[in-house]
Amino acid sequence: MLRKTYENIDSIGRAIITIEAKDVHNKELAEVIYPDGKKAFAQVIALNGNKVTLQLFGGGFGVSTNCKVRFLGHPVQVGFSDEMLGRVYSGNGQPIDGGPQLTSDMTRVAGPSINPVKRLIPKNMIRTGVPMIDVFNTLVRSQKIPIFARAGEPYNRLLANVATQTDADVIIIGGVGLKYDEYHYFKERIEEAGSKSKTIMFIHTHRDSIVEGLMVPDLALAVGERFALQGKNVFVLLSDMTQWSDYLRQVANAQDQIPANQGYPGDLYSQLASRYEKAADIEGSGSLTILGVTTMDDVTHPVPDNTGYITEGQFFMKDGYLELFGSLSRLKQQVNDKTRDDHRGIMNAMARLLSEAEERVKAQKFGSVKDDYSLRLLDYRKTFQRELMDPFRYLELEDALDLCWDILSNHFKKEEAGLASELVEKYWPEKGKFKILKVEYA
Amino acid sequence: MENAKGKVVSVNESLVGVENTEGSVMNGEVAYIIIEGGKRLKSEVIDIKPGKLVYLQVFEDTSWMRVGDEVEFTGLPLSVKLGPGILGTVTDGLQNPLYELAKEEWFLERGMVVDSLDTQTKWQFTPKVKKGDKVSGNSILGTVPEKLFTHKIFVPFSLQGEYTVETIADEGEYTITDTIATVKDEAGKSMELSMAFNWPVKQPMPFHQRSVPTETLPTGMRILDALFPIAYGGTACSPGPFGAGKTVLQHSIAKHSRADVVIIAACGERAGEAVEVFKDFPELIDPRTGKSLMDRTYIVGNTSSMPVAAREASVYMATAVGEYYRKQGLDVLILADSTSRWAQALRETSGRKEEIPGPEAFPMYISTLISAFYDRAGVELLPDGTKSSLSIIGTVSPAGGNFDEPVTQATLLSTGAFLGLSRELSDARKYPAIDRIDSSSKYPSLITTEEVQFLKEILREGKTTASNLLLMGERGITNEAYINYQKSELLDAVFLQQNSFHPIDGVTNPDRLRMMFDMIKHIIDTPVHIDTKDDIRSHFNFLRQAFLDWNYLKLDDSKFEDQKAKIINLVKQKAHAKENV
Repeated sequence: MLRKTYENIDSIGRAIITIEAKDVHNKELAEVIYPDGKKAFAQVIALNGNKVTLQLFGGGFGVSTNCKVRFLGHPVQVGFSDEMLGRVYSGNGQPIDGGPQLTSDMTRVAGPSINPVKRLIPKNMIRTGVPMIDVFNTLVRSQKIPIFARAGEPYNRLLANVATQTDADVIIIGGVGLKYDEYHYFKERIEEAGSKSKTIMFIHTHRDSIVEGLMVPDLALAVGERFALQGKNVFVLLSDMTQWSDYLRQVANAQDQIPANQGYPGDLYSQLASRYEKAADIEGSGSLTILGVTTMDDVTHPVPDNTGYITEGQFFMKDGYLELFGSLSRLKQQVNDKTRDDHRGIMNAMARLLSEAEERVKAQKFGSVKDDYSLRLLDYRKTFQRELMDPFRYLELEDALDLCWDILSNHFKKEEAGLASELVEKYWPEKGKFKILKVEYA
Repeated sequence: MENAKGKVVSVNESLVGVENTEGSVMNGEVAYIIIEGGKRLKSEVIDIKPGKLVYLQVFEDTSWMRVGDEVEFTGLPLSVKLGPGILGTVTDGLQNPLYELAKEEWFLERGMVVDSLDTQTKWQFTPKVKKGDKVSGNSILGTVPEKLFTHKIFVPFSLQGEYTVETIADEGEYTITDTIATVKDEAGKSMELSMAFNWPVKQPMPFHQRSVPTETLPTGMRILDALFPIAYGGTACSPGPFGAGKTVLQHSIAKHSRADVVIIAACGERAGEAVEVFKDFPELIDPRTGKSLMDRTYIVGNTSSMPVAAREASVYMATAVGEYYRKQGLDVLILADSTSRWAQALRETSGRKEEIPGPEAFPMYISTLISAFYDRAGVELLPDGTKSSLSIIGTVSPAGGNFDEPVTQATLLSTGAFLGLSRELSDARKYPAIDRIDSSSKYPSLITTEEVQFLKEILREGKTTASNLLLMGERGITNEAYINYQKSELLDAVFLQQNSFHPIDGVTNPDRLRMMFDMIKHIIDTPVHIDTKDDIRSHFNFLRQAFLDWNYLKLDDSKFEDQKAKIINLVKQKAHAKENV
């Protein structure tokens, strides 16, 4: 079908143009055709009479009033097929690895959410080999959970590790605002781990327009959802959603929206939620698990704050360690009673003692910690950090649980642990008979 | 009267401008926008401007809408269908049953049409009026059994004036679409009535006679029932940062509270949480009725990825259904999670309408809407003398966990109990992480006022000693102060903290609460004679362990009395330590 081309661009902004046109659909995809024949994509975001507002995927720079606009008669779509495995695409769905373009099997992007009655209650643990995750904040299939960390922490390494150490059928990496070396790192890690043939990457780097960055999660999730509906267990990695929110803020600002908190649009929560909620364990089908990254300095900042209300917990990374306090897996209760009978008990005991130790750390600054019990608590805290909080130490869950018992026995008397008597009888190791912990008597 | 018509002139996400081409339009009425040659998108008139310009908020995604698309106005406000068959179901914010929708599509596609209430089920109807009787709105035409209750079939509440019954159905089985009565008004005009009718959700149902909340609504959570109680017909709010345990608290109350009907309004929250409820509840047996928990539950869910404009509808939908079951003579409890998401939806629409924003860009009228919502809770005295109630517990999700924001502040002014959730407590794994000092309730507790004061005094003193300990260490305070501190810690650990995931500790009935309180009071009142801080700590460690073991035993367990004796013995040993030496 021949589509009409419009030539009368009214206004050009940082990322939006307006034009007079008729019979245009809300959210329709369009092409902006430059005088030299070059083409760029744009999407209708508002209609007012004959005035059509479009968002430019490539940004407004270089767009001129003699560009033409052609409406394509379909919304934003992304290819979907097994041939995409192993490939790398940009934020507008174009291949950037030199391979062929996909034109068949197109699927809609940012579609409606799945009917909640088609969701299963998540009940399958994902073993990651990371003690702070497996023991204390167990990851569950179909969970949506971000890493909260300062920029510069090794969160991408953890993301790649978790994805490749698990039994995911398909890994989809959505990179938003990546530095080139981060993109390169992901690519290398995936290849090293031998996971390339089950991985698809949608990559937006700092040289690309922010609108493309905004689209990355939608593309990654649309493709992931289709694989999940085919019965695959899919992992979607999104790094970094704080950058994504920042792009959202810029675009909202360009559209003269009234800002809510710190310049972010009032719908930041809904925007983040509609992406993260794609995570699901689907009845009679596969699952989609989302691991994200939210860079932050302060957890009360609007992006981590809104994210925390949406996701099913978060892993808090600080100074290269995975922290116990500040981390949370909301779904762990669904699975950690089915692993080993001491799992819940030891998890709670270790956490309670560490919390007591944290109190002593504060008190230590006032010089008020002198008693034996408090000093042992402080030693315990050091061992805990060294033995368990390293995100790159690989331990099977059972070994990690044994290690917890070793640590308890090394620092405490049985009755101080506050564990049920039957568990203590079954698992308490005598000093010198530790399974995992290597002791240095100070 | 012909219904009005119009054409789309502008589209901005969920806000659509319409030119009113024929008929007159009412603010608040429902309209349908017809897109793609047949999909009907439900929407609501929210503004009427000069030049026949009408603004609609659309309850569905507006993709693929065009300027010029047809609009049909219905002349009716947004309504809920009331009748037998609501209990046990799960609907979206517009009362579309989710299980029925799932039969057609896996995804929540737009414009799907299903009946709000099951029209196939036959209900056993027993008439309560006869030909020639005078009736009016609110009169009872008959009854049907619904799950655990006898469901009264009313003359629609909206009917004004007096009517005469012309026909009434015989005892027998009918669907909600069958005519069960015809009534004639004073002018002689006849009207057919069925077992279900519509009610505009935003309009509060008038009370027959309103009373005040005076009776504790037991929730099975000790910290609530003892320190910060909820009342039948009362209101409460639980603001808190993420991860502080709002959801676990709500689920626990939904399971264990002594209400006849529980309505869960999942407003803008995670779909997974609603799923947990409606997949788990049918399997759980309510020990008080012996029936599935789902039989007393209705879930209305507009989860966070569903269209934002329908969040507001979901909250009002829940409230109107709650008021209806209160008219049935039942004690109803609404759990609204989260009212902040509703407020945010209002903020989004207000922004698109370019209204002048209030604090944090929320609309100026937000506080009025919040207080009017909580005012729909209350105690009602029905014509037959029955006392019934509607209680509302709303969660608030304040940005950054900071309670000094418009939604939390407006909510605090409108509710009778404040359950402030604290990150500090949840980090220390002290669940429920309800602030022991700052929370409050104006409702009566299951223990006496003096006993509540007694507990609060211990907790306040414990908190002061804790900060002294931090500064000066164990050696910096007297043994006596240290013992009192350990007592307050024990009170917190074995009485206020409660393991929601434990089948026995997770719910405490009023009798057991009394027994536990008496025990903790006995421990606190009994003097302790120990000389070193290490021994004091160790003594209380043993006490805590013994008490926790007791908490985990069933009342009829053979070990229950032994364990109780063990605690009393532990207390006794140290009370007389000095005499023995």
